[in-house]
Amino acid sequence: MSRLSTLTAALLAGAFMAFPAMSSELRIGINDDADVLDPAQSRSFVGRIVYTAMCDKLVDIDQDMKIVPQLATEWEWSEGAKVLTMKIREGVKFHDGEDLDAAAVVATIERNMTMPESRRKSELSSVEKVEATGPLEVKFTLKSPDVTLLAQLSDRAGMIVAPKAAKELGANFGSKPVCAGPFKFVERIQQDRIVLEKFADYWDKDKVLVDKVTYLPIPDTTVKLANLRSGDLDIAERIAASDAESVKNDPSLTYADVIGPGNMGVYVNIGNGPRADNPLGKDKRLRQAFSLAIDREAISQIVFEGTAMAGNQPYPPTSPWYNKEIPVPARDIEKAKQLMKEAGYETLDVELQHANNTMQTQMMQVVQSMVAEAGFNVTLKATEFATLLSEQTAGNYQMSRSDWSGRVDPDGNIHQFMTCKAGLNDMKYCNPEVDKLLDEARASTDDKVRKEKYDAASVILDDELPIIYLGHQPYAYGVSNKVEGWKPSPDGMIRLLGVSKK
Amino acid sequence: MPVYIGKRLLVAIPTLLIISIFVFSLQKLLPGDPVLAMAGEDRDPATIEMLREKYHLNEPVVTQYVRWVGGILVGDFGVSLRTNQPVLELIGQKLPVTVQLAVMAMIFALLIGIPTGILAAVYKNRTLDYISNLIALSGLSVPNFWLGIMLILLVSVNLGWLPASGYESIFVDPVRSIKTMIMPAFVLSTALAAQLMRHTRSAMLGVLSSDYIRTARAKGLSPRQVILSHSFRNALLPIVTLSALLFGELLAGAVLTEQIFTIPGFGKLTVDAVFTRDYAVVQGIVMCTAIGFILMNLIADVLYALLNPRLRASL
Repeated sequence: MSRLSTLTAALLAGAFMAFPAMSSELRIGINDDADVLDPAQSRSFVGRIVYTAMCDKLVDIDQDMKIVPQLATEWEWSEGAKVLTMKIREGVKFHDGEDLDAAAVVATIERNMTMPESRRKSELSSVEKVEATGPLEVKFTLKSPDVTLLAQLSDRAGMIVAPKAAKELGANFGSKPVCAGPFKFVERIQQDRIVLEKFADYWDKDKVLVDKVTYLPIPDTTVKLANLRSGDLDIAERIAASDAESVKNDPSLTYADVIGPGNMGVYVNIGNGPRADNPLGKDKRLRQAFSLAIDREAISQIVFEGTAMAGNQPYPPTSPWYNKEIPVPARDIEKAKQLMKEAGYETLDVELQHANNTMQTQMMQVVQSMVAEAGFNVTLKATEFATLLSEQTAGNYQMSRSDWSGRVDPDGNIHQFMTCKAGLNDMKYCNPEVDKLLDEARASTDDKVRKEKYDAASVILDDELPIIYLGHQPYAYGVSNKVEGWKPSPDGMIRLLGVSKK
Repeated sequence: MPVYIGKRLLVAIPTLLIISIFVFSLQKLLPGDPVLAMAGEDRDPATIEMLREKYHLNEPVVTQYVRWVGGILVGDFGVSLRTNQPVLELIGQKLPVTVQLAVMAMIFALLIGIPTGILAAVYKNRTLDYISNLIALSGLSVPNFWLGIMLILLVSVNLGWLPASGYESIFVDPVRSIKTMIMPAFVLSTALAAQLMRHTRSAMLGVLSSDYIRTARAKGLSPRQVILSHSFRNALLPIVTLSALLFGELLAGAVLTEQIFTIPGFGKLTVDAVFTRDYAVVQGIVMCTAIGFILMNLIADVLYALLNPRLRASL
């Protein structure tokens, strides 16, 4: 009997040992190559996708963009949103075996704030100091109340890196990043692939169901789709709207999408240099007419095959922060013409610059023909992206089409665009009332109070229209049917916990 | 011969200097601010300031140029603004990829172009000639991106014979490496093969109508000997020049083909660098490509001498 049980045990053990040997690899096609793989220095979207598997953050977001625990198990605001105290999860290890404790968190945050190459400085600019108040407790003291800090910590600024490796490699950390996520770094070949493997000591290791993840940058959407169909890829991110149909029709693939937190808008030069001196920049009625002449739902249908969402605010109508009092306006040519007339114009010549890719061009041509009916003669100026960006900051434009990828906290979609001195306010729009509302929203820990402030601001912005919002882009994916347990996240990241491959 | 090569290399120095000035000024004339392109969506002012300092973009243009050329003289091509890697290291990573692709494409081109060219010349104005011309014309006219995507759909998606895209180093996994390169190399080779075919045909036609060929025929030599040993060798000179130039072009990278097959080579590096205004990388690539071209020309001239004894004395 005992021999039999030993044998069974041995067999079982053998089976268990053999199982991981049949290693499962997940191959993910990403749109471009990531930049430096150092959370402190990186700036690319695809880089964040890789970090999602490699570097755990203090807090994460859930399907509704609500902040949930990750490395921090609980947190508390005190002293009127000027102090944030976080409890750090026990027993978390870095990929190099080091323990993750309060000191490691402090070291990372300080690295993000002080390293010359760091690009996280502005995200953490409200932090006065960060200190370990216990082996697993961290206290952030802020210069001024800023509840948006929590959202910053749900992204790169809150990714905790191994202190020893960070110290040794310094600014070169990206060559061999060491974090505390479910997968650890194996190798990277520029413009070709980034390989990660399962981290055996991950704190939530039962949910890690694949052994290896490979990210392959494939910029051409047709080729990305071909790779997905031939089985060379398991997940392809951001597939083109025009490919959605063929993914849906392929029995071996699944289509998935989710509306992102960002927005697509047309910036109007209101006060940025001499080119702001034109009727559209000076008279809000003309901007209102322009906005009313657009059929936003039709844009989504024509340009995005219905995968985008029509919108009129910095965040999508699905967001809890969306002001339902101001719904997406229906197209109203009569009213638009009337507003034009009130402003003293039958027709108006406008120049609109946009990035010179197919989708933007198509989208702007649709807008051009829509607003023509209200009397706007739009000249489209297709511009290469780097040039568009510098023209826009320099104020050398009348209208400019720009995208924003969106942030978890509503503040990230609105404060840096609409306040007088904000860095991304290329319209140079300035309204002290808006500044006051947005600053107050930043300082309150009560979501209800914040919502009231944002609602009030959105009423003003919808009236003055420094940015005419058109809608919200989707994150669309093609997924092989072999992949189980995966669904898209609203921030466009690819979360792999609980995901397995047949 | 060594003196000749030495002279040629000396002449290359002013050429390279002029190219360097040209590239540098062209870059600066491009609209768009590299720092803005690099700072990311947030355009954080602290980051922008840091980047300007770090890459000396706040200095006068002449100082920047002198700094750059001075660096090159000691083998330092600068650092990529985008990835922070030394430019030379970046080029070193891409070079084997591009060289492999170029060599394979060249082999395909020679294997297709030269035999069809010879056949076309021998069977002048007959069916085989027309067929060869048709092939050449299609090779030149079919756009690479279309042929590439069609091949991917047919060979990878439908037949599943070759991987759709990607790259593997030949030193890591030679079989997979060659497999991934077959389609892109073939796509690249079509236009080259067409040019080679046309040149081979006209060079062969010139030689075939000359007197010594008639003599050789009259002497009773087999057609095979006449065509391959007597005619082809003499027709080879223009083909060698053309091949060297074509190969030089291949080394500059093949943007569309690399993009479609996702091959991390020179072409893609260049395009990415231009779009992100990664000055150091663009400049580095152009300089390396120029050096490559000069070397290929030199090699072609040396090959001439080896092929043609009459030229040997003049070197």
